Amino acid sequence: MNRVEGSKKLSGNKIFRNCICIFLCFLSLFPFYLLFINSTLKSSDIQGTIRIIPGLNFFKNLKGLLEGEAKTSNVNVLQAMRNSLIVTVPATFLQVYFAALTAYGVHTYNFRLKKAAWAFIYAIMMVPTQISIVGFIKVAKMTHTYRTYIPLIIPAMAAPTTVYFMKQYMEASLSYEIIEAARIDGTTEFGTFNRIVIPLIKPAMATQAIFAFVGSWNNLFTPTMIIGNERKKMTMPMYVEALKANDKTQDMGQIYCGLFVTVLPILVMYALLSRYIVAGVALGGVKE
Amino acid sequence: MKHHKRKSTVDLSRYGYIFIAPFFIIFLVFQLYPLIYTFYKSFYYSTFTRFGSIEHFGLENYKKYILGEKTFWWAVAITVGLWLLNFVPQILLSLLLAAWFTDIKYKLKHDGKYKVIMYMPNIITAATIAVLYYKMFNNNGPMTELMRKAGWLQKDRYVLEKGWATFFIIAFIQFWMWYGNTMIVLCAGIMGISPSLYEASMVDGATSRQQFFKITVPLLKPILQFTLVTSAIGGLQMYDIPYLFNDGGPLIKMGKENVSSTQTVVMLIKKFIFADKPDHGRAAAYSVVLFFITLAVSMVFYIATSEKKEKKPKKKAAVEG
Repeated sequence: MNRVEGSKKLSGNKIFRNCICIFLCFLSLFPFYLLFINSTLKSSDIQGTIRIIPGLNFFKNLKGLLEGEAKTSNVNVLQAMRNSLIVTVPATFLQVYFAALTAYGVHTYNFRLKKAAWAFIYAIMMVPTQISIVGFIKVAKMTHTYRTYIPLIIPAMAAPTTVYFMKQYMEASLSYEIIEAARIDGTTEFGTFNRIVIPLIKPAMATQAIFAFVGSWNNLFTPTMIIGNERKKMTMPMYVEALKANDKTQDMGQIYCGLFVTVLPILVMYALLSRYIVAGVALGGVKE
Repeated sequence: MKHHKRKSTVDLSRYGYIFIAPFFIIFLVFQLYPLIYTFYKSFYYSTFTRFGSIEHFGLENYKKYILGEKTFWWAVAITVGLWLLNFVPQILLSLLLAAWFTDIKYKLKHDGKYKVIMYMPNIITAATIAVLYYKMFNNNGPMTELMRKAGWLQKDRYVLEKGWATFFIIAFIQFWMWYGNTMIVLCAGIMGISPSLYEASMVDGATSRQQFFKITVPLLKPILQFTLVTSAIGGLQMYDIPYLFNDGGPLIKMGKENVSSTQTVVMLIKKFIFADKPDHGRAAAYSVVLFFITLAVSMVFYIATSEKKEKKPKKKAAVEG
């Protein structure tokens, strides 16, 4: 009797929890589903209603969007994507490579300022970049890189959080014996790092590369400040801002289509790598 | 042998400096110098004449724009309010979900899938999300239409012209984007707690609720502290969502003045850098005060949550004993 009641309670509880979770999942997906549906509809079908079934107008909308944008001085959605890639790809490589190099330097060598350097990297991890934007613009102007992509790419070389994770990973899975063995074989210190250490820490580099890529791709504030009104150099989030500004004049289906294209690369990436991404997020919290 | 080994470490120590040098050089140029320059610039007060702007050195920016008017403090209040309104429900829901997903007694079959879907909004471009929500809630958006049909809104009225509603939706978007992240972090934290504690307490007849409040929450304190501090720092720099959702609007009446109902501090900073007559001194003064507010808030949270930590080992020992 008791046992039956217990199992009833057990399954009731489970159903309740699943219901809440399914509701939350629905909430997570709904705006993106709406975005997808609306990007495939004619403008006249979007106004004022929510449709569940996708239309056939996606490519027509995309074509219309590109044609409309060709007439303006703005970038079109594909150019914005290309611009974002020009910034994001080198920034990601620099961030991951130099974070690994820095972490390796602190991890492997004994030098007088080792502890101080590490304490410093740890301390600056949480300093937000937004508050020093006035000075950041000044540096860009001083180095004649204002209105170029350089200030969006080069600073990625100093990413304290990435360094932190690289060092954590090295502590757990990079043994000194391997480094010693390479030295005995006569490999130079840089050679050891490039040819022996990097292949060994590849999993950590891959995870950190995903987050570096996403962070750079999604950044709106810094590119706005550096690129400003140079319309041909707009990155993807800046393009989204421009798309919103044209809201009154443009065809609704086309705007949704543009928005959908801006999230497509990240959606595809997430669909393929979600397991690693969720595992990477979990790693972020257990650092204390 | 011993001698040789010592020699080799001395020889190699310079590589330590060489390997970390690029990081520190780039940090100095692109992060530390900008911070110092921002402080320095905040003491330059600009006056605009027909022939351009003239700058004077002094405390005028602080006197006039920080102490002399309410704009900045109103933006601070809005930023803190938006953060609180998203963080409190966020941490509660995340804790609840994390407790569910790590519960051995009622194991949910699809917790992995739930995590993946709930985290998704966090990885999508915030700018796109803000514009998407704007589209849903603007004058002829689908949500507006639904609310009109339900009778919550009059015809030809819409949500984005109401200050409190815009404020609430921005807080909701932030909550919606971040609870998945926090939940995954807390799950990892709970998974790190020794299962023997739960087993021992189960033998003693503890209920799920007791386990949650007496074991999970106290032992999660370092991670909760981390979540609180990082979220507060990030929240104080909030920009993308409020900016692209409704550009700080709508204006609402406060006494005799019209004020922006959702303008955050970073939006204010951007506004004076992008103005027709850019005022970097004023933007810098706002930045400096925001810097100290961020520092103070993270210190206060850090200290306030650390004090209780001292009791923790005793509790842990008691549970284990």
